Formats: sequence, structure tokens, C-alpha cells
Amino acid sequence: MTTKNALIRVENLVKNFGEIEVLKGINSEITRGEVVVIIGASGSGKSTFLRCLNLLEYPTDGNIFFNDVNITDPKTDINLHRQKMGMVFQQFNLFPHMTILKNMTLAPVKLLKMSKQDAEKKAMALLQKVGLADRANAYPSQLSGGQKQRVAIVRALCMDPEVMLFDEPTSALDPEMVGEVLGVIKDLAASGMTMAIVTHEMGFAREVADRVIFIDEGVIAEEGSPEEIFGNPKCPRLQEFLSKVL
Amino acid sequence: MNYFIDLWNSFYHVMIEGNRYNFMISGLKNTFIITFGALAIGVVIGIIVAAIRTSFDKNKESLRTRKGFGYFSLSFLNSVCKIYLTIARGTPVVVQLMISYFIIFASADDGVPVAIFAFGINSGAYVAEIFRSGIMSVDNGQFEAGRSLGFNYLQTMWHIVIPQMFKVVLPTLCNEFIALLKETSVAGYVGVIDLTKAGNTIAGRTFSYFIPLLSVAAIYLILVMILTWLVSLLERRLRKSDH
Repeated sequence: MTTKNALIRVENLVKNFGEIEVLKGINSEITRGEVVVIIGASGSGKSTFLRCLNLLEYPTDGNIFFNDVNITDPKTDINLHRQKMGMVFQQFNLFPHMTILKNMTLAPVKLLKMSKQDAEKKAMALLQKVGLADRANAYPSQLSGGQKQRVAIVRALCMDPEVMLFDEPTSALDPEMVGEVLGVIKDLAASGMTMAIVTHEMGFAREVADRVIFIDEGVIAEEGSPEEIFGNPKCPRLQEFLSKVL
Repeated sequence: MNYFIDLWNSFYHVMIEGNRYNFMISGLKNTFIITFGALAIGVVIGIIVAAIRTSFDKNKESLRTRKGFGYFSLSFLNSVCKIYLTIARGTPVVVQLMISYFIIFASADDGVPVAIFAFGINSGAYVAEIFRSGIMSVDNGQFEAGRSLGFNYLQTMWHIVIPQMFKVVLPTLCNEFIALLKETSVAGYVGVIDLTKAGNTIAGRTFSYFIPLLSVAAIYLILVMILTWLVSLLERRLRKSDH
């Protein structure tokens, strides 16, 4: 199971919310440069799994290794590791009291001690890439949903993360804005970024994924290449799920 | 017409003769000193208590999962804060003031610092709850976004949550300030000449209650009206910055 290139390794991950067992022992790993898409029904635990990877949810049991450091160890300074794990949320979570540029430069300036000029230069270059350079001084409330999510992605990229975690990045968007956000994620995949993506967009999953993980009732019910998962699903639960969403 | 002349005459007799209005001026000064001093203490206490209470609420899940000393110490501090809130809000401020003056600082000559202390402790409890509800009103996603970028708990609070909280609580905080201004009228219980006590003193000396007490009431009313007006201006300003 253990390979040398594993950027994230998950061992027997268990997460309970009170009495409810959400994750019941997940073993997996994400290799450097790999794009892993996590699918599953609502309430299957796929978002919880993703949120455990950067300890936004603290696991009840099990270990998570990031760059071979056990980040579930209470002695590990999780804040340092989170700097290397970008996260994009369903609800964007841009900071409403700051301009787009400030949203992007806050963390690099305060945490990486980057100079304000350097951080702004970098932010502008990233905004340019996603076609939002002209909105740098706008406030989040002045942007559309798709624009907000593109900003949220480049805000995370400003920290030069080694992995990007996407938690249903298009679920809160109007349908006509989904494409622009998926486009940015695809470009990112093409650039070799390691990514874990929770999504309901099956067409996108098939296109962008190197590996698809199907989570059902808190365990990985099936995983494999997109061709295997979508073309030849073996587990009956996955067949049922795909028949509903495709 | 005669009525107004009589009124003026008695006003002159009661307030101006013997420079008795000086009582009112120094009383007003003490009222201001106590109110502002108590507010400053209240805000500091409020920030600390609200910080402890919200950190406990936000982190107890993960701390409990991790076990160890963190959960124990934070839960202890949280209990201390809860006891403080219960006592400070559950007993009359006059009683707290008298306990401060006659028991805690029994050797104090000057009642003003004691009054600042007592009203500050009392106000701190209310301010703490105002701040706490403000912090809780900021969407948890903001907090998670800050943490996911690598900010620690305090940095996330400082850069992301508190600036948003302030906008929410500022009007309520000003209202607490207005309430505090009126509450200080009981400072006379511990020998402080505040505005109310000044009016009462003049009344005692001139055997006339009408003019001094109505003057006191009018001054409070005018102060509160000015402050209320300022708060409404502030609220309008804050709404404007919502896009």
C-alpha cells in the first residue's frame, strides 16, 4: 500500500459525530501530481473525508500522513502543514471585509512573510490567469458566484500549496457559472497540481480524474480509474449510484 | 406668563444663588469619568471573557478528541467565566457597588475609582455577551477559510472574525454605553457626587426638589438623546458599507 511518492497517506481513518459513525476506517493515499476525485451519495462521508485531510475535522481515530509527517499527532503544528494544503469550499468563504487583492495577499504576507509588493505581484499574475485582474480592488459582494469561486481558488494558490482540496466547488453555483470554475480546476490539473476533489459533476470527474474513489456508508466501496468506475462499475452500490446521477 | 417668571425665579434661587450649579458641573464630570472608565474596563473584560467562551465553544470538540491539558484548562476558564456572568448579571448593580465600597475596598476614601471598578465589572458581563453573540454571528466558513490558509486560532480571530464582528456589535455596544450612563446614577450610594447626587444635594440644601431633580432628568435625557442620535448615524454609516 505504501509507496514512496505518497503525498498524503490515510490509515484507518475513523470519524464520529457524537454517536454517529461517519467514517468507518478509510485507507487511502494520494500520490504527488495525482488528481483524485471523490464521489458518493449525500451523507456518505465524502466531504468529511476531505475535511479530515487538513484536520478541519479532527479524526476520532486513525492517522493521516502529509509528506510523511503524522499530522494527527497532537504534537504536530497543523498550521504549518495547512499552509501547504489549499482548500476551496462550496460556499467560497471569501473575506467580505477585504478586497479581492487583500483576500489573496493576507496569508502570504502574514504567514510566509512575503513582502506586500511581491504578494500583490503574485496575486495579480494569478488573477490574470483566471481572467479577473480587473476586479482586484472589488469586494467579494460585487462578484458573481463563479467569480468568487475563481478568486477562492487563486487565494489558496497564493500560498503555493502542494495539494489542493476542493469541497464541492461548484455545488453552490448557478448552472451557467459551473463551467468557468471547472475550467480553472482543469487548467490546474493540467499544470500538475496534486488535487483531491469532492464533486457531483460526473462528466468533469471522468475528464479530470486520474483515480476515482467511491465512498459509501463511511468506507471506500470502490476505487479505480475513471474508465473502470464509470465504464465498468463492480460494486452494486456504485452501479445504483451511477444509474441515478448519470 | 407669571408662571414662567416664578419658574425662573425659583431656578435662580435654587441653582444660581450660592453658585450651586457648580455641584451639577462637578457631578456631571464624575458621571462622565465613571461611565467612560467603567466602559473601558467593561470592554477589556468583555473581550477576554468572550474570547474564552467562544474558543471553548468552537474548540471543545477537537480538544476533547485530542484529550490532554488543553481541554481541561479551557473548560476550567470557561466555567469561571460562566460563574462571573451569572453573578454580575444576577445581582443588582447597586448591591455590587456597595459590596465593592464597603467590603472589598473598605479602606478607600474616594468612591470614584471604586465606582469605576464596580460598574466596569458589571458592564463587562453584558459587553462579553454582546461580543460573544457578535463572534457567533460570523459565519463559521470564515473561520474555516482562515484556518485552512494556515492561520492559527488567534490570527484567524484577529484578522478575519473580529473585524466582521465589530460591525455587527457596534450599535449594541453603544446602547450598552447609554444604559451604563444612566446606571451610574446610583453612585451616590457610596458617597460619590455624581449628577444625580448633585441634584439631590442641592435639593436638600434649598428644600426645593422640583428644579434640581427635573434639571438632572433633563441633563440625562439630553445626553442620551445625543448619544442615540450618534448611534443612529453610525448605524447608517455601517449599512452603507454593505454592498
